[in-house]
Amino acid sequence: MTGGTPVGVLVIGAGPAGLAAAEAALDAGARVTLLDASDATGGQYWRHLPEERAGEHEARLHHGFARYERLRDRVVGDAACTVLLGSAVWSVERSAAAGSGFTVNVATGRVDAARAAMSALEPEAIVLATGAHDRTLPFPGWELPGVFTGGAAQALAKGERVRVGERVVVAGAGPFLLPVAESVAESGARVIEVVEANRLGRIVRGWAPKPWRLLGARAKVGELVGYVSGFLRHRIPYRMGAAVVAAHGTDRVEAVTIARLDTDWRPIPGTERRVAVDAVCVSHDFTPRLELAIAAGCALDERRFVVVDDSQETTVPHVFAAGEITGIGGVDLAMAEGAVAGAAAAGRTPSRNAVRRRRVFSDFAGRISAAHGIRSGWHHWLHDDTIVCRCEEVGYGRLCSTAASTDAEGLRSLKLSTRAGLGICQGRICGRTVEELLVAASPGDRFLDSVSTDRRPIVAPQRLGDLASLGDGPESP
Amino acid sequence: MSARRIPASQDPVRPRPSAEITVTLDGERYGGLEGQTLAGVLLGSGRLSWRTTSVAGSPRGVFCGIGVCFDCIAEVNGERDVRLCQRRAADGDELRTQHDALPVPVEDEDPPTATSDGAGS
Repeated sequence: MTGGTPVGVLVIGAGPAGLAAAEAALDAGARVTLLDASDATGGQYWRHLPEERAGEHEARLHHGFARYERLRDRVVGDAACTVLLGSAVWSVERSAAAGSGFTVNVATGRVDAARAAMSALEPEAIVLATGAHDRTLPFPGWELPGVFTGGAAQALAKGERVRVGERVVVAGAGPFLLPVAESVAESGARVIEVVEANRLGRIVRGWAPKPWRLLGARAKVGELVGYVSGFLRHRIPYRMGAAVVAAHGTDRVEAVTIARLDTDWRPIPGTERRVAVDAVCVSHDFTPRLELAIAAGCALDERRFVVVDDSQETTVPHVFAAGEITGIGGVDLAMAEGAVAGAAAAGRTPSRNAVRRRRVFSDFAGRISAAHGIRSGWHHWLHDDTIVCRCEEVGYGRLCSTAASTDAEGLRSLKLSTRAGLGICQGRICGRTVEELLVAASPGDRFLDSVSTDRRPIVAPQRLGDLASLGDGPESP
Repeated sequence: MSARRIPASQDPVRPRPSAEITVTLDGERYGGLEGQTLAGVLLGSGRLSWRTTSVAGSPRGVFCGIGVCFDCIAEVNGERDVRLCQRRAADGDELRTQHDALPVPVEDEDPPTATSDGAGS
């Protein structure tokens, strides 16, 4: 498309990284457009009650909510900032536009409703702050109603004041399990236990190296103490080296099986025990939302995060990245990166304070990954009939047998023959899992084509009528 | 028991009182509060699932809760494929559960193409 609206610094994503980027760009004197698909700022981290139900004591559900309110007021209240909420970027394309050389196509309207207002923005510079979503590994029964991701439990507790159940197990891996359990307990459910896949030894080894580098981040210790005291208050047991390896029920979850794991996350036979629940919240990792970065042509590193330089600029000039798409490092790192990216996108040297904070939190991503990263032994808790792709209902056995019988070594042909990852979520939930399992089931240790499940040229689903209307000339309804 | 909305009188967060609304799912009425998402209204009333899947016909409701997984889609006021975890509820919204049957293979066509079209577009 041509003839888009010129904008200054376009920040995509209004979570912690995006808000920090918008603030820094405004401080540098730039005109800023801040855009988010949701109808509120704050992202998933600061998901909060809607205006109509604003909570008097909402801060108690959050960490650093005052920081959010200050940032929001600063950014939203600035005349140089245009905030576009309910606005989904559905594609980004190279164009003859001045500035960044990209046209960003946006659909604004009610969620998934027809007749979205379509617009095209031509930014001087882009800051990608698209964040990440939960990665939940499949296990038998994970498709039952009542099985949620940790992110869902948090969103429901913080954004709806809905508790997911009465007897809840929180399971998976990583520090994120702590705030999930806290939210669930706070919402009035009984958290029966929190189950972390890694053993204490690995967690300590992952977090401990060069402990003096954690000194600047000691406020995090206070957060940890908060979780621990909350767990004690709610009498929540925290078990390490175990996992939910199955969920049971017919139309909804009624129980889970918890088993001990070895250090490679392989279930240890004979250690299974069954626990009655009415909800279970499971998250093992996060998947960065890379669609826009990939569409813009940004290089990824070997761990598939966006490569950035000291000013958070990607390998594509005028395109910057901040937050979880550059590494899963938590809110403080995301905000420091955002502050650096926003200033640099506005053509200024980032503040020394932002650069210092980024350095302090820079190794969080590495520590989290070393202490909690997914280990391959989990494949052993799959059965042949365990659903791997939830949308297309492809089982593990069929995935492996199709891969074996077709002898294909390219991901594209494997996806087409197994149908895994081709459903309505476009592989967002199972994509990386399918890749991992297919590589394990194939002769080589990688795919011969360079296809990745992260690539989605249409970033957000649009109704065909809305896309067709783009050719009709005037864009007003 | 199941999912529930926290009663305002017991909620330490003290949300501002907002208007009560009613939506229907296949004709059945569910009460919620203005500002909730449709999934929030249904879950908050104890309803855990609404879609049934194409292959196994098994029930699905909210999984990711943040608009990524599309498990919670339903028809809203005649429009299909709406993610209920993202759409704010409006008083009087009429929802219908979705079950998208697999296309029946047409004879004379190669079986692989006949079964690989259709779902998931």
